[in-house]
Amino acid sequence: MPIQYYIALASCLFCIGIVGVLVRRNAIIIFMCIELMLNAVNLLLVAFSKMYHGGAALSNATTTAGVDGQLFVFFIMVVAAAEVSVGLAVIVMMYRNVHSVDVNFLNRLKN
Amino acid sequence: MGILQFLFWLLSAVALTGAIMVLASKNPVHSVLWLIVVFFAISGHYVLLNAQFLAVVNLIVYAGAIMVLFLFVIMLMNLNTVIETRKNLWMKAAGIISGGILFLIMISVVRSSADMVSRTAQLKEGSIGLIETLGKVLFTQYVVPFEISSVLFLSAMVGAVVIGKKD
Repeated sequence: MPIQYYIALASCLFCIGIVGVLVRRNAIIIFMCIELMLNAVNLLLVAFSKMYHGGAALSNATTTAGVDGQLFVFFIMVVAAAEVSVGLAVIVMMYRNVHSVDVNFLNRLKN
Repeated sequence: MGILQFLFWLLSAVALTGAIMVLASKNPVHSVLWLIVVFFAISGHYVLLNAQFLAVVNLIVYAGAIMVLFLFVIMLMNLNTVIETRKNLWMKAAGIISGGILFLIMISVVRSSADMVSRTAQLKEGSIGLIETLGKVLFTQYVVPFEISSVLFLSAMVGAVVIGKKD
C-alpha cells in the first residue's frame, strides 16, 4: 500500500482531533479528541515502521529494522494510559468544584 | 482491487466516519462508543500491517481500559443529557477552518515530497510486529525505558488518587 495513503489517513484523523479540541467545549470530549490524535500518530508510526522494514528486508531477509517504531507505539500507549488516569481525576475534581465539565468555566486565571 | 486494498479502504472509511461522529454526537456516551469504533478500525489497520501485538494491545488498553474509564466517569457525573452551553458559531467555524487548513497543508507537503513518492508500506508480511521480535528488543535494547515507565505508572496512580481524593 503506498505510504502516502497512510499519511493522508493519519493526518485526516489528526486534523479531526484538532477540530474537536477547538470546537467542543465539553472537557471529556476534548480529552477523547486528544486520544484520537495519539492514535493517528500511532497508526502513522506503525506504517512508517513497515515501510522501513520493507525497504531493509530486500537486502537482508532476517533484519529487524523498523522494530523501534512499533516499540515507540507501545510506549505511547503506556504514557497515554497514565495520562488518562490523571486527566480524568482532574476532570472529576473540576466537576466537583464547579459542577460542570464545560471548559468555559475555567477562565478564572484570566483576570 | 485485491482484498487487501478493499480492507484498507473499508477500515479507513470506518475510522474516518467514527472520528467525525465523535465530534458530531451531542451525547458524550455516544461519542465514547464511536471512539471505540475508531479504535477497532485502527486495530484492523494494525492487523493488516501485520503488527499483531500492537493490534491486541490497542484493543485491550484503549478500547478495553481507557474507554471503560471514560464511560465510568461520564456515568458517575451523570452527563448523559449534557447541555452544551451557548453555541458560538464563529468559534466553531474558526476551528473547522483552521483544522481544514492544517489538513490541506499536510496533504500538499506530502504529495510534493520526493522521499515519499513510490514508497510502500509492507502489508500482510514481515515479522517485526510479532511478539517474539518485539519482546526481544523490548527486554534488551529498551529495558531502561521499560523500567522507567513502571515508575511513571506508579506516579500516575499516586497522582490520580491524590487528585481524586475528597477533602
